[in-house]
Amino acid sequence: MVDYELIVGLEVHVQLNTQTKLFCGCSTLFGQDPNTATCPVCLGHPGALPVLNEEAIRLAVVTGLALNGSIPPVTRWDRKNYFYPDLPKGYQISQLDHPVVGGGYLDLPAAEGQEPRRIRLTRAHLEEDAGKSLHDETSGTGDSRIDLNRAGTPLLEIVSEPDLRSAAEAKQYLSELKLLLEHLQVSDCNMEQGSLRVDANVNLHVMVDGERVATPIVEIKNLNSFRAVERALEYESQRQLAAFLADGKRIGQVPKQTRGWDDAAQITRVQREKEESADYRYFPDPDLVPIQLAADWVESLRARMSHRPAEIRQRLAGDLGLSDYDAGVLVAMGPACIAYFEQAIAAGGDAKRVSNWLQQDITRSASELGVTLDQFPVPPAVLGELVARIGAGEFTTAQGKDLFQHLLSQGGSVGEAAEAIGIEAVDESALDELCQQLIAAHPQVVDDIRGGKAQAVGAMIGAARKIDRNADPGKVRARLLELIQST
Amino acid sequence: MSRTALESRRAFAEGTVTATELVETCLNTIERHDAKLNVFLTVADEQARRQAADLDRRRDAKEPLGPLAGVCVAVKDLISTRDIRTTCGSRILEKYTPVFDATVIDRLKQADAIVVGKTNLDEFGMGSSNENSAYGRVANPWDLDRVTGGSSGGAAAVVAADFVPLSLGTDTGGSIRQPAAFCGVVGLKPTYGSVSRYGMVAYASSLEQIGPMARTAADCRAALDVLAGHDDKDSTCSRTPLKDSSWNQSLKGLRVGWVEEHWTDGISEGIAAALRSTREWLEGQGATFVPVSLPHARYGIAAYYLLASSEASSNLARFDGAHYGLRANVKAEGRSGNGLEQMYSQSREAGLGPEVKRRILLGTFALSAGYAEAFYGKASRVRRAIQQDFLEAFQDVDVILGPTTPTEPFRAGEKVDDPLAMYLADVFTVLANLAGLPAISFPVGFTEHPLPLGAQLIGRPFEDRALLDIVERFQDDTDWHLRRPSSLNS
Repeated sequence: MVDYELIVGLEVHVQLNTQTKLFCGCSTLFGQDPNTATCPVCLGHPGALPVLNEEAIRLAVVTGLALNGSIPPVTRWDRKNYFYPDLPKGYQISQLDHPVVGGGYLDLPAAEGQEPRRIRLTRAHLEEDAGKSLHDETSGTGDSRIDLNRAGTPLLEIVSEPDLRSAAEAKQYLSELKLLLEHLQVSDCNMEQGSLRVDANVNLHVMVDGERVATPIVEIKNLNSFRAVERALEYESQRQLAAFLADGKRIGQVPKQTRGWDDAAQITRVQREKEESADYRYFPDPDLVPIQLAADWVESLRARMSHRPAEIRQRLAGDLGLSDYDAGVLVAMGPACIAYFEQAIAAGGDAKRVSNWLQQDITRSASELGVTLDQFPVPPAVLGELVARIGAGEFTTAQGKDLFQHLLSQGGSVGEAAEAIGIEAVDESALDELCQQLIAAHPQVVDDIRGGKAQAVGAMIGAARKIDRNADPGKVRARLLELIQST
Repeated sequence: MSRTALESRRAFAEGTVTATELVETCLNTIERHDAKLNVFLTVADEQARRQAADLDRRRDAKEPLGPLAGVCVAVKDLISTRDIRTTCGSRILEKYTPVFDATVIDRLKQADAIVVGKTNLDEFGMGSSNENSAYGRVANPWDLDRVTGGSSGGAAAVVAADFVPLSLGTDTGGSIRQPAAFCGVVGLKPTYGSVSRYGMVAYASSLEQIGPMARTAADCRAALDVLAGHDDKDSTCSRTPLKDSSWNQSLKGLRVGWVEEHWTDGISEGIAAALRSTREWLEGQGATFVPVSLPHARYGIAAYYLLASSEASSNLARFDGAHYGLRANVKAEGRSGNGLEQMYSQSREAGLGPEVKRRILLGTFALSAGYAEAFYGKASRVRRAIQQDFLEAFQDVDVILGPTTPTEPFRAGEKVDDPLAMYLADVFTVLANLAGLPAISFPVGFTEHPLPLGAQLIGRPFEDRALLDIVERFQDDTDWHLRRPSSLNS
C-alpha cells in the first residue's frame, strides 16, 4: 500500500452578474440567437475600442472582500495574445500582475467530527470571455461555427492555492464558493449555462522511503459540473499514482501537461504538453487606463458582507434560534430563500416554523409550479402572517395547510382565504370559555386526569366538538390539560 | 489658388458658392490629376454629392450651419468611415467596409464638413515614405519622383496639390508631421488623449493620434476645434480640455527651447538654413531662445520601434482571415487538421505587406517570454525618461523648435531596401509621440529645386493652440505656405 496525498488547486471562472459585457454595451443574456448580442467592440472590428463596465469592478471587489482578499489601490489590464477563431481580437483582455484581488481565503464549514478547513486563495482577476466554437463533428464537412454572443462577457477567475486534499474537499470548496457568490448576487453560478467553469491543477505527494515526493502537475480543463470535478480528481489521482509507480517521474522532470475531462468516457485525455503551449506575450493594454480603487468606496462595499453564507448561518442559528442544521439548509437553498425567510419573519412568523414551511410545503410547491422563490405566488409577508396566526392558535395546523393551498392557487390575504374557505379563526377567549364549561360538566374526567390518566381527556374533546364544530381538538386538549393540571 | 477651409466655409455661408460647386470642383480635380499622384484609394463621390445637396438645401432654408460647412475633407484610409471602404493601405482589408464611423468622422459630419474620399498611406500607418502601400506609392506634388513621406502621404499630398483644403492624418511616430514637411503643408499631432482614437485602426495605440493637415494653421485650428474633446468610446481620451493660448496677439516673451544636438546631427544644410531664418524671425517677434537638453532623446528611435512594434503585433492579430477581410482559400478542418493554422498563416502571408510583417515579427519577439523585460520593459523605461526630460525642459521654455526631418524629401526607392535608414527619418518626430506632447510641422522654406522644408514645434500637454497661434503669426508674416507646386499644371 503506497502512502500518498492528493494536492489540488482550483481555478474557478465565474461569470459576473452584469447586464452588459465587460467592455461594451451588449447584453449578457443567455440563449439569444447566435451573434446577435454583438457590436463592433466585442466583434473586434478594426478601430473599435473597449470601455470598462464599472459594475464588473464592483462585483469583483465585493467578491474579493467576501473572500478576505486585499483590494489594491490600482488595478490594471493586460493583453493575453493568442490566435483562436472564437477570440476575434487575437488577444484576450485580462489581468496579469495587478489583479483586482490579491490573496484571501475561504473557510469550509466543519463537517461532523472534522476540523474546519481554511483554503487560501492566490488571487482573483477579471477577464473577458471568448466566444463559443461549435465544431460539426457529425456531418463530416468539418465546418466550424462561431457564436460571439459570449465574447466579452465578464469573468472573474478565482485561483486557489494548492490547499485541497481530496476530491470531496474540492467539491466542498466549490459548493461553499458557489453559495458565497450566489448570496452576494455576484453570479448566478448556472453551470449548465457556463456561468461557473473550473480548471484543476493536480498532483500527488507520494511517500517514498520516508521522503515526500511530488509528482508532475497536471492541469485538467473542461470541468463543467461539481460531479465532473469530483470524478476527474478521483480518476486523475489513480492515474497519476499508477503513472508514478510505473515511471517514477517527479515534478519538473516532464513538462506540465494539460488534460481534458471527457465526461462521456469518464476519463481525462491529454490536450497538450506545456512545451507546445502558447507564449501569451502579456503586456499592458494601451487602450485602457489603470483603475483607481478609492479606499472609501471599497470600504462602503463591506456592507455587503452580511450576505456571506457564514454570516447568514450565524444570524439564523445565533440570533434567530434555528438549529445549525436548519440554518445550513436554508443558506444552501440560496439568496431568494433567505430573502423570503427574512421577510416572513419580519411579518411576524416564528423562525423555526417559517424554516419548516420553507423546507417542506414551499419548496415542494415551488418545484411543482416550476418557479423560484422570488416569484413564489404566496408572498413572504402573507406566509409570515399565516405562520404567526397558526402559532397564536388562531388556526389549526390542518387549517393552515388548507389556507396555504388556497393562497397558492387564489392569492389574496390570509383573512380573505379564511373567509373563502369558511374557516373561522378561533378566538382564544372562546377556547377558554369552552374548556371551563367542559371542566365544570365532567368532574369525573377531571379527577381521572389529575390522578395521572391524561388519556381520559378524550371524552371531553368529543364533547367539545358537539358544542363547537370548529374547535381544534389539539388546542382543546392542550388547554384542558393546562387548566386542569394548574389547579 | 483655391480657397482655404475657412474661406470655403465663409464663401458657402455667404452664398458666393454652393456646396455642390465646391464638391464638383474637388471631384473634378481628383478626376483630372489624381492619376499622377495616386492619392485616393476610394472617392466617396456619391456620399459627397448627397451631403452637398443637403447642405445647399439647408443653407437655402436658412438653417444653422456647422463650423466646417461645405469644406471638402480627405481622410487617411486608416480611419473608419461607415459605408466607405477602409483599406488601411493593406491587401487584407481590400474589401472591408466599416459598419460604423470613427468619432472624428461623426464630428466632421456634425460640423457639416464633406468627406470626399480616403487617402493612400503606408500600410497600417507603418512607413515614412508611403512606399509601403499595397496600392502603390503617392507621388510628391513638388517632384513626382520623390516621396511624400509617410505614413499620411496621401493626406499631405492632397492638401499640397490643392485637391482639398483640409485632410485628416494619423501620427504614431511622425506620420502627420514628416509628410507635412515633405509636402510643404501644416500638420498637427495633437496632445495624446485630446482627440478620440475610436475608429482609427490601431497600429500603436499608446502613441498615436488623429490630427489635421492643411495649408494654414488657421484651418488646422478650425479642424482641431471640431475634432478635440472627450469621447466616451475611447478610455484614453482625456477630459482635460485644450488650453487657451497666450500667443494669439504677440510672441513677445515667448521662450523657445533649442536642443543643441537637433541642430547639428546630420541635418541637411537647407533645413539648417531654414531653421536659422525661422529663429531670426521669432527673435524679431520678441521671442528668446534657451538651450535645453533632452539627454535620452538619442534612445528615442530604438524605444519607439520596440514599443510601436510590440503593440502592433497585438493590434494586428485580428487580421487573421477568420472574421472579415481577406481569407486564404484553405479548407479549414476544424480542430483535428492543421487547416486553421494554414488559414491563418496563408491569409496573413497573402494579405500583409513586408514592412507590416517585419514589425509584427519584431514586436512578437520583443514581447516574447524571456525577452519582454530586455526589450519592451527597457523601452518603456526609456519612454518615461524621455517624458521626464521634456517635463524638465518645459520648466524653462514654452515650446521647443527643431527640424521635422533630417533631410528634404528623398527619391522614391532610395531607402526601401534600408529599413534602418528609413526609420531614422522619424528621429525628431517620435519624441513627441513617446512623450504624448502636441507637435506641429510647418513650411519654413524651400530648396532651390524647389522642395519644401519643414520645422517642428513641440509644446506642453494640451497647449496645442499655442503651437497653432505661433505658426499662424509666422504665416501672417511669411509666404512659404502660399507657394504651390507646378507639377500638376501640365
